[in-house]
Amino acid sequence: MTTTAPVPTPSVWKVGVVASVHTETPTARSIMIDVPGWGGNLAGQHLDLRLSAPDGYQAVRSYSVASAGPGERLELAVDRLPDGEVSPYLVDDLQVGDELEIRGPLGGWFVWRPEQTGPVQLIGGGSGIVPLMAMARAHAASGSTARFKLLYSVRSPHDVFFAEELASLASEHFEVTWVYTRSTPTAWPTPAGRLTPAVLEAATIPASENPAVFVCGPTGFVESVADWLVALGHPAASVKTERFGGK
Amino acid sequence: MGIISRGFAGRSREHNPELPPGQYLTEDFPVLSAGPTPRISTDEWEFTITTENGTVHRWSWADLMALPIEDVATDIHCVTRWSKLGTSWRGVSLDTLFAGVDTSYGYTMAHSYGGYTTNVPLADLLGGKAWIAFEFDGQPLDPEHGGPARLLVPHLYFWKSAKWVRGIQMHKSDDAGFWEQNGYNTYGDPWLEQRYS
Ligand SMILES: Cc1cc2nc3c(=O)[nH]c(=O)nc-3n(C[C@H](O)[C@H](O)[C@H](O)COP(=O)(O)OP(=O)(O)OC[C@H]3O[C@@H](n4cnc5c(N)ncnc54)[C@H](O)[C@@H]3O)c2cc1C
Repeated sequence: MTTTAPVPTPSVWKVGVVASVHTETPTARSIMIDVPGWGGNLAGQHLDLRLSAPDGYQAVRSYSVASAGPGERLELAVDRLPDGEVSPYLVDDLQVGDELEIRGPLGGWFVWRPEQTGPVQLIGGGSGIVPLMAMARAHAASGSTARFKLLYSVRSPHDVFFAEELASLASEHFEVTWVYTRSTPTAWPTPAGRLTPAVLEAATIPASENPAVFVCGPTGFVESVADWLVALGHPAASVKTERFGGK
Repeated sequence: MGIISRGFAGRSREHNPELPPGQYLTEDFPVLSAGPTPRISTDEWEFTITTENGTVHRWSWADLMALPIEDVATDIHCVTRWSKLGTSWRGVSLDTLFAGVDTSYGYTMAHSYGGYTTNVPLADLLGGKAWIAFEFDGQPLDPEHGGPARLLVPHLYFWKSAKWVRGIQMHKSDDAGFWEQNGYNTYGDPWLEQRYS
């Protein structure tokens, strides 16, 4: 598959139709949407999604696109915030056939292009996996032999997004390391606990190989990881971050 | 008005006239930046204004502290849709810093420690509209939020308020900064919802 850079027309709202939904975790689901005129996106880009109530009230939120490449079908994966306005609707109420307004693709910074041949370290926390998943998929789809590593921090085995697909993507060019912060799978070699600088150092491509690093997740997670990476010798310019707001 | 989302009622029903269109109120202070947080000590910090003929006006931290300091109470609006109302800052007005600067150029590029850039017309920095801020809510500004000092241009989307600011370069034309090259609007007026290019 070839991946050509899409021509962005981000300021136009397009109508998408929900093609399918899939439960990812007890609090999250992925949503396939057909958007006529979408024209594809780069791995790592996001979009704006707009909901309208019957009285005209509108709410807009940003979501990373979990899919990449050309085409009019895209995938999102949304985690429900219990007291949120938009995410509970997307996770619990939205049905196949429902229409959504979408604007994008947006963002040309937190992206990986198959032309990039250097090593890549992906580091995701929680729903921060979404844009990294797009990169892992683009990597596989393009047949890239660039070295990819993913460090994925989740609360428990139930909280893993894209579990089967991530397992199937593992190859000599794509390696996944899991960090479980609250509970681990049975017979897991290490106890549950937050990511530490030592685990980070042991599980990631060293600074000496000059990887491009993409870090995505809740603000606190991204702040700590990015600081540790710099302390481990990664040039700040090689570390790209996307913060998903919450703590 | 867009298509109706079946079963969506929304939550924030009251219209708050202090919020620009498409913004919602937040009580926290979200952090958005493109990379790791630079840590700059006030000993090494300096701020410069560089004009078209190469003249560099330079302030150390001590120089900055010796200038008239203003209390600023203002609303701030992030392009990712949160707004905070009535935030309080302390800083030095750009009017003070530009008082002795001779330039005929109409545009500026703010440069940050860490490499971030953002373009702002000079007119939007002068006339009591912008500050180099170093305190938020009575405390020294956190590195996460741009400390030791950031630009504060509250009438534009907050990506214009460059964190970790280190200098301003005068430009003849309105050249795009970091986010502006990455799809964001050149000017960024929250009341006109100038989000994207
Ligand atoms: C570039 C980008 C990409 C993103 N990608 C994804 C993604 O792929 N998947 C994903 O799940 N999320 C993603 N997000 C986060 C997403 O945009 C939303 O922020 C998230 O879904 C929560 O929206 P919400 O409407 O449910 O919550 P909101 O209603 O916005 O609430 C968020 C938090 O703020 C608090 N809050 C909000 N309003 C009030 C109020 N009036 N009073 C008190 N507290 C309030 C709530 O307690 C809640 O915890 C992304 C964000 C960005 C910026």
